[in-house]
Amino acid sequence: MRPMTGAASSSPRTLAQKLWDAHVVPGGREDGSAPELLYVDLHLVHEVTSPQAFEGLRMAGRRVRRPDLTVATMDHNVPTRGGVRAADELSRKQMEVLAENCRREGIPLHQIGSRRQGIVHVIGPELGLTQPGMVIVCGDSHTSTHGAFGALAFGIGTSEVEMVLATQCLPQRRLGDLAVTVEGELPIGVTAKDVALGIIAVAGTSGGQGHLVEYRGSTIAGLSMEGRMTICNMSIEWGAKAGMVAPDETTFTYLEKRPHAPRGEVWEQALDYWRTLPTDAGATFGDEIRIDATSLTPYVTWGTNPGQVVPVSGRVPSPRTDTDERALRYMDLKAGTAIEDIAIDRVFIGSCTNARIEDLRAAARIVQGRRVHPKVRALVVPGSTTVKRAAEDEGLDLIFKAAGFEWRSAGCSMCLGMNPDILAPGERCASTSNRNFEGRQGSGGRTHLMSPPMAAAAAVTGHLVDVRELV
Amino acid sequence: MPDPVVKVEGRMAPLDRADVDTDQIIPKQFLKRVERTGYGPFLFFDWRQDPSFFLNQARFDGAAVLVAGANFGCGSSREHAPWAIRDAGFRAVIAPSFGDIFRANAFKTGIVAITLPDSQVRHLIDLAAEDPAARIEIDVRAQQVRGEAGSGFAYRFELDPFVKECLVEGLDEISLVERHGEAISRFESSRMAWLPSVNGTTG
Repeated sequence: MRPMTGAASSSPRTLAQKLWDAHVVPGGREDGSAPELLYVDLHLVHEVTSPQAFEGLRMAGRRVRRPDLTVATMDHNVPTRGGVRAADELSRKQMEVLAENCRREGIPLHQIGSRRQGIVHVIGPELGLTQPGMVIVCGDSHTSTHGAFGALAFGIGTSEVEMVLATQCLPQRRLGDLAVTVEGELPIGVTAKDVALGIIAVAGTSGGQGHLVEYRGSTIAGLSMEGRMTICNMSIEWGAKAGMVAPDETTFTYLEKRPHAPRGEVWEQALDYWRTLPTDAGATFGDEIRIDATSLTPYVTWGTNPGQVVPVSGRVPSPRTDTDERALRYMDLKAGTAIEDIAIDRVFIGSCTNARIEDLRAAARIVQGRRVHPKVRALVVPGSTTVKRAAEDEGLDLIFKAAGFEWRSAGCSMCLGMNPDILAPGERCASTSNRNFEGRQGSGGRTHLMSPPMAAAAAVTGHLVDVRELV
Repeated sequence: MPDPVVKVEGRMAPLDRADVDTDQIIPKQFLKRVERTGYGPFLFFDWRQDPSFFLNQARFDGAAVLVAGANFGCGSSREHAPWAIRDAGFRAVIAPSFGDIFRANAFKTGIVAITLPDSQVRHLIDLAAEDPAARIEIDVRAQQVRGEAGSGFAYRFELDPFVKECLVEGLDEISLVERHGEAISRFESSRMAWLPSVNGTTG
């Protein structure tokens, strides 16, 4: 076991500092002219950002240092019906290249059609691969999701993917600590997604830049792991490098008995260690954002970045910047329009932000006994094949299908539209995903971000609506 | 080995917008290639459908430096974004701030991503719009953006000393880390016993 001593451990530390300290490979330059070398416990890989990294490795005559700490899945461009044959030629090629790279290097792969395939940030936690105290990276900006377990997890580019494949390490500079403290009871109808959107409304699209964020306070402690994952997932949408939550009994209960979780005596040892991870009393953060949970409400984005967000009871705001004006034009909205007067064409319930079992349950509760509005086409894409099976075991698929939703197979799907699930130009979508950028869900498509119950409510009413009117 | 980047010299192209996300820089339908090159024609694919977009203006042809608004490159981790910028002929991007992942990716691609205060970026955007023939020089060693002789400006920028060393020496970072192979092995032998490890079975 790695000793927990050292100069840094004598003074109070934050969770992020503890995670960082425990992963620095000693022996780098000591004059500060080079970054520290961080050891990576788990490297998640998918088909879109890895082929060039494997190619680079091969051209340099290198091998993957730790295939046993590397796990691959197919998610970004997999079709959600019709299997691999439904994929376009380039997507199929990317999946084949990933399979070939994994075969050559001995990397476990959850390929399309297999039992545990799914979105990379959904399968890591559900397989118990994501554990407190780890450093986790992936060539995907939503890797911050895994921080919900008290892990240091962040997205990297393809060159860094190649670095980690080759060395299992990443040169990194220490970053500032930022606390986001959310206190109080969430009002009825307000979900973790609304907490995330509410934070971005306060912090702006770049408020987290250059920071490791710890979400804390009674509201966060009261959330399920699914809810914590949703909030950590959205960290990148306000620019943070990583977001995390201190591990606690909720974390341990979620993890226990998952396929890769420690067992028996080792489980007890792990628990002892994990309990040392939360931020020490007296540790200081560089900065803090405080949010009163009782002031939060169901939110909806009106524009083309996640900071352009208003309460569902509000109106499209008057533009204050060129960016706002561009967004209004792109979204074909007029300032002053009531949000609830905005009609929609499509609904997407899915993505690494909101496609876990709890999200599907919350949406199904709204959908039950209702019908999708005749002008709306609505899609549910479970975050993983495991989530899909669990939902079917509970009969959620029947609720969605009876209401007129399409019930699909797992993948990133319409969150980024690399597979056949895309918006047509001009179509307006109520979406549980994470980005409302121009064209994100399809060229010319218009995205409104919201929680799963809110998206479900939009599906059955045909317009953006306060879900609290339906419960 | 990457090519050393010591100086970038040339004309500027202005993109006077904030929060330019990587989905705009290179839309997802172009992320399906398995190569590192060939993305240039797809740079700002949706925006360049507008004839007045800067990439469609002959006066900005051949510009070496893209000057943009705050939070440039926010959003996804796709390194295809700096690849597309490089393939389209740019060697540097100047903005008041960058998405962290984009900035790291840019340097690894040999694109110099420079942060300058709002007022200086505004000056460069205005200068490029008024006089597309105006040239600037980015001196990576001196950490300066300079106008042509007589233009009278020289803006200093911050640069991580290690990033700078990698750029000007054209260092292969992986080789540098591999030199610590023994230290990495020692670290590995002391990792917690329960940490997950997965053998290469495919499902």
